[in-house]
Amino acid sequence: MLKDQDRIFQNLYNDLGPDLSSSQKRGDWVNTKQITDKGRDWIINEIKDSQLRGRGGAGFPTGLKWSFAPKEVGSRPHYLVINGDESEPGTCKDRDILRFEPHKLIEGCLIASYAIQAHVCYIYIRGEYFVDGQKLQAAIDEAYEKKLLGKNAAGTGWDLDIYIHYGAGAYICGEETALLESIEGKKGQPRLKPPFPALIGLYGCPTIINNVETIAVVPTILRRGGKWFASLGREKNTGTKIFCISGNVNNPCNVEEEMNIPLKELIEVHAGGVIGGWDNLQAVIPGGSSMPLIPKDKCETLTMDFDSLMAEKSGLGTAGVVVINKDQDIIKCMARIARFYKHESCGQCTPCREGSGWMWRMLERMAKGEASKDEIDMLGDVTKQIEGHTICAFGEGSSWPVQGLLRHFKDEIKKRNKFDPIVRENKNIPYLVDQHLLDKNA
Amino acid sequence: MSLRRPAKNQPENFEFNASSLEAAKSIVAKYPEGKQQSAVMALLYLAQKQNDNWIPLAAMKHIAKFLDMPYIKVYEVATFYSMYNLSPVGKYFVQVCTTTPCMIRGANKLVEACKEKISEHESVLSNDKSCSWMEVECLGACVNAPMMQINDDYYEDLDKEKTLKILDKILNGEKPTPGSYRGRVNNEPENNRKTLMDQKNA
Repeated sequence: MLKDQDRIFQNLYNDLGPDLSSSQKRGDWVNTKQITDKGRDWIINEIKDSQLRGRGGAGFPTGLKWSFAPKEVGSRPHYLVINGDESEPGTCKDRDILRFEPHKLIEGCLIASYAIQAHVCYIYIRGEYFVDGQKLQAAIDEAYEKKLLGKNAAGTGWDLDIYIHYGAGAYICGEETALLESIEGKKGQPRLKPPFPALIGLYGCPTIINNVETIAVVPTILRRGGKWFASLGREKNTGTKIFCISGNVNNPCNVEEEMNIPLKELIEVHAGGVIGGWDNLQAVIPGGSSMPLIPKDKCETLTMDFDSLMAEKSGLGTAGVVVINKDQDIIKCMARIARFYKHESCGQCTPCREGSGWMWRMLERMAKGEASKDEIDMLGDVTKQIEGHTICAFGEGSSWPVQGLLRHFKDEIKKRNKFDPIVRENKNIPYLVDQHLLDKNA
Repeated sequence: MSLRRPAKNQPENFEFNASSLEAAKSIVAKYPEGKQQSAVMALLYLAQKQNDNWIPLAAMKHIAKFLDMPYIKVYEVATFYSMYNLSPVGKYFVQVCTTTPCMIRGANKLVEACKEKISEHESVLSNDKSCSWMEVECLGACVNAPMMQINDDYYEDLDKEKTLKILDKILNGEKPTPGSYRGRVNNEPENNRKTLMDQKNA
């Protein structure tokens, strides 16, 4: 288990209070000027050395992303945008940062803004987190009052203004370009890439977009050194991460742990075990609903980081671990996830808009045992038609969980769905029957 | 995609009241000059607050004028985002999360409770027109599942009985206390905490 002194979010459970003076006691805002005095290149290199990868799901190296920002500010200003549109089912880590560790985020915003030369930072928070957003706003107001933001923020000589922009219940706005569209006051429909936001982003200006957790860990990394962060976890999968363990466990919780922690340890030690015991485990969704599920036999030895989960054809995503035990109907669980994606598709690309509904309807029927054997392969085919044929990664996000189900629970679906469309009794269901195969005279 | 249509009965006029107007102006000031369109989402939200939790078409027209943008652009935004209610939902708007993490911890019991207390079908007002309920997608409080949102507040760690009690309260016009309903502190593992114990005991 990670040592307590190596945990970045000391106030994850709000034992100490989220206000400025308590945060300062925990080390926030101490010597911010010393960090920025070391210069932009030092900051970016230190983040590169720490091998920090974005915590929003895709796991893109943060230092590298920052280095994409133009070195000189031209006629267009730079922007920093923080993605707090946390809507991935199974994930609720950013909410705790917003309400309990707001000053880590705000200080991170200042340092990141300095590194990429932005004077304005927008924090995009999902609309449902209105109350938590108000808490962050209170912290921002407090920071302005103490001159930690605004002109010459925290004595660093850098001017920074932070504004909160609330979303309004669209999952797709967690996609970075859809988020920019949303800030611009439009429908949240993703843009084509390239051009990448680092060059043409918000209002057509260079923009760096990072997840809340990514930015909130930056000040601690710079204080304790990239080497310290890189010493946790393993190569290319370094540092700590907040895991959200939900579903059929005895003590669902958020916990900050080292990368590469065994899944079994997360579930057994922190979450109090699976309801009904480890043998009652059916499957685990390791990284929020977009990531393919992993059956029990692989959960024994699985470690939680980007690359080892990728090797299992899944992914760490947002590290929202959803535990599903044998009391649940796995097909129904996936059908509900498919319904989520059907509801949240932005409607821009046809394969996703139509395909997500198609997958949902097929899975609903499969859960009831009303599908034919052929349809199982057809469902797999539908997922392939969506994946890779859309502007953004939503297509992958919606088809991967279905592919995961087909990969690991095909037998279960086959066992339940023995429906044969080419028999006489079913001719009342026209959309299922190959009419031309029926004997017209019968 | 979700299909969203404006209500049939629409009020003739809508204007921001003094406090909304002031808030609207400070919101517009957050964005660079000429980019006032960015404020449309926040302004729609203000209009919704002012108009008993829903946005009439007149409000969209008013906002379009206020921000100097085409009405259709406001309409597009209002119909795209699911948090904008386009028809009356009552003073208390109950949203029950039924996505998988909540579902496997019994969110359907919460739905049953809503059906018993508020109305048989979702998005239908209760008899006294004070509240309505609907199933929504993940609200981002998965470790506190099952949960629901009433207006701005989260009600977490629920079961059917607790939900019935909460609904009784709002039907009486009271505001129930938000937060966990199992006496749990935030997102910590209940009775099983193994980390940051120094802080806990501090």
